[in-house]
Amino acid sequence: MAKFKKKKSGELPAVSTASLPDIVFMLLFFFMTVTEMKNDELMVDNVLPTADQVQTLDKTDKNVVYIYVGKPHPRYQSKYGSLPRIQLNDKLESVSAVAPFILSERADMRQEVQATMTTALKVDNETNMGLVSDIKQELRKVNALKVNYSTKQGDAMNNLD
Amino acid sequence: MARREIPEVNAGSMADIAFLLLIFFLVTTTIETDVGLDRKLPPMEEVDSEVTIKERNLLQVLINKDNALMVNEEIIPLEDLRQRAIDFLDNGGGTNDKGETCDYCQGARDETSSVHPHKAIISLVNDRETKYKTYIAVQNELVAAYNFLRNREAQRLYKTNFTTMQDDYNDPKTSDAQKDVLKNRIENIQKMYPQYLSEAEPRKN
Repeated sequence: MAKFKKKKSGELPAVSTASLPDIVFMLLFFFMTVTEMKNDELMVDNVLPTADQVQTLDKTDKNVVYIYVGKPHPRYQSKYGSLPRIQLNDKLESVSAVAPFILSERADMRQEVQATMTTALKVDNETNMGLVSDIKQELRKVNALKVNYSTKQGDAMNNLD
Repeated sequence: MARREIPEVNAGSMADIAFLLLIFFLVTTTIETDVGLDRKLPPMEEVDSEVTIKERNLLQVLINKDNALMVNEEIIPLEDLRQRAIDFLDNGGGTNDKGETCDYCQGARDETSSVHPHKAIISLVNDRETKYKTYIAVQNELVAAYNFLRNREAQRLYKTNFTTMQDDYNDPKTSDAQKDVLKNRIENIQKMYPQYLSEAEPRKN
């Protein structure tokens, strides 16, 4: 009959941490790939209205153009005033700059997604509709007809005060 | 000269460096999905021929500069707009261009309201001083009215919601074969309740 060797008593073996860097790297790569750096620094106040009949904006084709509208941030108010302005990329522009901006953004897109280009309007909820209507007219001029009024998910009745 | 052994680089701090990077990316990550109301603007070309629309087929929604809402000459609270729009679209009091009656409508078949969903048009007019949030709230209610009717028909025909079909269609995980089926169904429902939401040219005054 075989004899069982008696185990050495006590002393738990130390857990090897050699694979710790591997695990951390794995996590690191995950976050590196899913991270989306904000490409536009917001220069305007941008509190979006709420709505509940929303659809998610499909960004996989990279055919979305963002237009931000709102009051200039207090930092910029000495330069641009306090009336709502339009932010295109990193500049505050007037309405007439919207059409050329859309055309140049569309020209930078891949050919096959140009037709489905969507304009995401991120408009501050205190903005007057006059400015938004002007933007919409500009978009119609350059035939950028697909728009998405960006909202937060929530009850639309919250918009009323 | 004797060959010297290259000393091994100490990798003990590797984990620390990786942790540092990990924490940086953890903090800067924003996994957010943009949501919003999808709309299509009318094309710019002017239509030469004036189209006459009977008054009963038109639901006039007006938002004034004080963000008050008027539907067909009557001031109503926003909470009632959805039901008003549903009643109007679903009325089915007559026939469409082909002379078909609306056999799926469940409305009151009122003489003074729309004849057929194919003919019913909602016209949205806003003032330049209307607040954007009110405009979005009104848009939301009108889209909700269409979604309500489309969901109802989708439940009746396909035992599913129109909005879920739309979400599935836009989901990249859905296979092409399924997409074809969904596309057919979505178009069917859209044909039953087409979205005629006209936004007038901004008023020049």
